[in-house]
Amino acid sequence: MADNGNRRPDPDKGGSFKDLFAPVAGFGVTFATMFRKVQTEEYPEQKRPTQLRFHGRHQLNRHPDGLEKCVGCELCAWACPADAILVEGANNDDAAGERFSPGERYGRVYQINYLRCIFCGLCIEACPTRALTMTNEYELADDNRADLIFTKDQLLAPVLSGMLPAPHPMVEGMDERDYYLGKVTGATPAQQEWVERHDGDTTVDEPDTLPVEHQEAGQHAGEGRP
Amino acid sequence: MSGSTTTQNDAFGASTPGDAPEDTPVINAVGGDWDSVTDEATALHEERIVVNMGPQHPSTHGVLRLILELDGETVTEARAGIGYLHTGIEKNMEFRTWTQGVTFCTRMDYVMPLFNEAAYCLAVEKVLGITDQIPERANVIRVMMMELNRITSHLVALATGGMEMGATTVMTIGFRERERILRIFEMVTGLRMNNSYIRPGGVAQDIPAGCIDAIREMMPLLRKGIGELEALLNENPILKGRTVDVGYLDLTGCIALGVTGPVLRSTGYPHDLRKSEPYCGYETYDFDVPTADTCDAYGRLRIRLDEMYQSMRIVEQAVQRLDDTPGPVMVADKKIAWPAQLAVGSDGQGNSLDHIREIMGESMESLIHHFKLVTEGFRVPPGQAYAAVESPKGELGCHVVSTGGTRPYRAHFRDPSFNNLQAVAAMSEGGAVADVIVAVASIDPVMGGVDR
Repeated sequence: MADNGNRRPDPDKGGSFKDLFAPVAGFGVTFATMFRKVQTEEYPEQKRPTQLRFHGRHQLNRHPDGLEKCVGCELCAWACPADAILVEGANNDDAAGERFSPGERYGRVYQINYLRCIFCGLCIEACPTRALTMTNEYELADDNRADLIFTKDQLLAPVLSGMLPAPHPMVEGMDERDYYLGKVTGATPAQQEWVERHDGDTTVDEPDTLPVEHQEAGQHAGEGRP
Repeated sequence: MSGSTTTQNDAFGASTPGDAPEDTPVINAVGGDWDSVTDEATALHEERIVVNMGPQHPSTHGVLRLILELDGETVTEARAGIGYLHTGIEKNMEFRTWTQGVTFCTRMDYVMPLFNEAAYCLAVEKVLGITDQIPERANVIRVMMMELNRITSHLVALATGGMEMGATTVMTIGFRERERILRIFEMVTGLRMNNSYIRPGGVAQDIPAGCIDAIREMMPLLRKGIGELEALLNENPILKGRTVDVGYLDLTGCIALGVTGPVLRSTGYPHDLRKSEPYCGYETYDFDVPTADTCDAYGRLRIRLDEMYQSMRIVEQAVQRLDDTPGPVMVADKKIAWPAQLAVGSDGQGNSLDHIREIMGESMESLIHHFKLVTEGFRVPPGQAYAAVESPKGELGCHVVSTGGTRPYRAHFRDPSFNNLQAVAAMSEGGAVADVIVAVASIDPVMGGVDR
């Protein structure tokens, strides 16, 4: 063994006594370990919190007034190296009462296939509106494939206080840019009134409940990439 | 002749052509009654048998298949059968952008993900000609993460190697200590393994607040844990009996077979790319290259232990520099730098609201850049480059070829596990079967890297 002095930056060990007992030093380790706290983690009874940056389940966020942040640009699907994301955008239509996001477009179909997702985080880095974020939730196991294709209703963030679930018009007097500049702070009485008036009779699209339909050839995000 | 055995020459029984006479009986045990197999073997008065050790053998580091020809307990011929974990990573990378390639190559040798990323990114940066423009802070972070990764890799090597020899305590201590570093990785990259953290041009994001303190708190505990491993291993008579003079491969053999890493250094040759061809500023760090002159499994084990101390030295220096060098962690060229500015909020981790404000509210040009880089990626001028890093297992090289497009024409990796695995035959032929396990453990191959 080439001895190069610097092997241990703080040489606090050594001496002939140590050398004498070196062959059985392992017993010392074993004995000392008996008096130590057990390192085993008692999952699932006790869950160790993840670090803040942990890449967990995705979430589709809302603006403070409840409109969806996703504009259906498909950048997440483009960034995804595993082709796990499927997005289909559609036009917002104020006249028909179909206003889901500020601006022109919204994500009508949004699916993340957790059988494919590798949790690399390129999608959240790609999202230009912070519509897509990753939470710290990691318990994503299931016993069948269909349930692991998460649809938009599963991914959407909960409606917090001050928010109104889409669809509803934008805050009056605000345009799309104002949302991104942080000028919108919550739903207004006018939006509240609109939602109450249109409760249940907006002609929204069918809820996205059949994920398999969108996996047909030519429809999957990532096919036809350059 | 029973249905389960055959005396015909077959692919599994054949060794080198001309090695055995044509009529050599081959008994191929593929089920049936074991007694009839042994009866036939006994009737031949022949002890030479071929054993497939693996690919599902717990002692062969994943899905490595060793084809051993045994004469009694002595190995007369050893061949490594590989390919059971082939995932087409290199080919897949040709169909992804240069940035997306990181998420693929990090999964090759999954015990040292950050080295895979570093080798790939250094090669891409070489073709781009931006090696000098990588920010100092990014290089320091790379060095720190790589050295932490080196410790985890060596801990796994010792842990699994110990377990294969029956020392479960070595395994539990090894993985216990590795966990400390994986928590740091989780803190910095959001992932414990397969980090996709090092990107062409720098790193994905700066280290989080409190990270340096966490590392400084972790280091003494880690040092203590590795000290325990040393106490268990260094002079343990049983371990020395299993490893001393086992898996012998001298310098000539190493050079002839292209073997690098701890195996090469166990012959006394202090070859280390961090010293001989420095990258990421390694020439500015103070560390030694541990060597041994025993050429055996025991020497490699001691080298791994020593290298962990050297890595801790480098990490301590890097942490100090991180305190002193603020600055960007991604190359300034906006045509290359992946545009993300991540921030953690109550809604999880995503692009920071400042970044959103800029691209969506203020600068249309930034938005166009963002879209171009994410959808198409950056273009790399035609050319090719080879970049190599000193991984825990040896020289990990990456050869990328670009035809000027947004995707690699070819990304080839010289994975040290693959090259070092050649040495199995030289190390284990003539020894006992039990020594094959020790020899393979001393090479520390990871099949994800071998097969790619």
